[in-house]
Amino acid sequence: MLGDNSMILGHRLSELCGHGPSLETDIALTNISLDLFGQVRSYFQYAAEMKGGEATEDSIAFLRFDRDYRNVILVEQPNTDFAHVIGRQFLYDAFHLPLLEQLMKSNDEMIAAVAAKSIKESRYHLRFSSSWVKRLGDGTEESHNRMQAAMNHLFPFVSELFRETPIEKEMATLGIGADLKMIREVFDEKIKAVFAEATLEIPQNPPRQTNGKTGIHTEQMGFILAELQYMQRAYPNMQW
Amino acid sequence: MTSVQNKNIDNLLRELTDPEIPVLSIMDMGIVREVEANGKDLFIKITPTYSGCPAMDTIATDIKLKMDAAGYNTTVKLVLSPAWTTDWITENGRKELEKYGIAAPLDETSDKHALIDGKRIVKCTNCGSTNTKMVSQFGSTACKALFQCEDCLEPFDYFKCLK
Repeated sequence: MLGDNSMILGHRLSELCGHGPSLETDIALTNISLDLFGQVRSYFQYAAEMKGGEATEDSIAFLRFDRDYRNVILVEQPNTDFAHVIGRQFLYDAFHLPLLEQLMKSNDEMIAAVAAKSIKESRYHLRFSSSWVKRLGDGTEESHNRMQAAMNHLFPFVSELFRETPIEKEMATLGIGADLKMIREVFDEKIKAVFAEATLEIPQNPPRQTNGKTGIHTEQMGFILAELQYMQRAYPNMQW
Repeated sequence: MTSVQNKNIDNLLRELTDPEIPVLSIMDMGIVREVEANGKDLFIKITPTYSGCPAMDTIATDIKLKMDAAGYNTTVKLVLSPAWTTDWITENGRKELEKYGIAAPLDETSDKHALIDGKRIVKCTNCGSTNTKMVSQFGSTACKALFQCEDCLEPFDYFKCLK
């Protein structure tokens, strides 16, 4: 789940490489993408080790079917415009940071180590994305409207982040995973503070019943995987 | 491991650099965490600066090639914990960075002032002026931010403090 979230979001950001609205944001977004992919590698190397056999980080990343990916629907959302990119990033960062904070205390040493490493990077991500939410929200009429529209579109996907699946529940009980309720509190506070500063309204539209975490994805996922998996499917076992 | 051998290994490792920052040896970078020699068998633990740093694979390969060429049978292992911090860059490393045109990381508090509050405290690597402004929080690589000097107009990288 963690690895898939980082990978799909990282992929979305990588689509912007060379296409960012300005040089600085282009570099920032692709750097964030790189951080996320670094985290993915740590998770997938660990997963491959546990899976054993012929599993490798690449087979886990590239050779699964869409139903086997456990990322949340939020990170699949397309790069509609810069406001959507920033909104998606901010909502995910605001969730990711308190999540990593908890995972640093995980009973699983490897997870704790990856979290301790990733959290340093995620702090930068949140700093970047929240500053842009404020800049756009509290900017011109046009930027404000676009930022609000992006949030209105993205917000219904937030509830899924906190809807506990049986696996998450079990992991939390074992002291390996995180307690989503505690994360929600930190998340809500952050959202409130940033939205207020950005003069944005917290969208009240009802949450969507999305189930990316159990493998049920939107139509976006097929397109993402087609691009992500093309090389490994066309040239099996190819290496850089 | 004898001290002579120890020194030999140390010197060899010192010749290896980060491919992105070719003036900085991996020893000065503080990414070599443990070196253990058992006869000709050599175990080296390194830690990544940033988890997505593409230089890590290259560095691991470089170490293996270099040490194997010197007659060792080398195993390089990547360890994540404890996570790397810019505090591990040595004094010599900081000097080399500055000479190369990358401003060395400030302490944590000053770093925040520079990156978030826009305080002009990062010293220009070209003329030494602190009349500098941040251009982008992310620079040519994830570990750096982009700055520009308002006096001599030189653009330069600042190595962000990572704690």
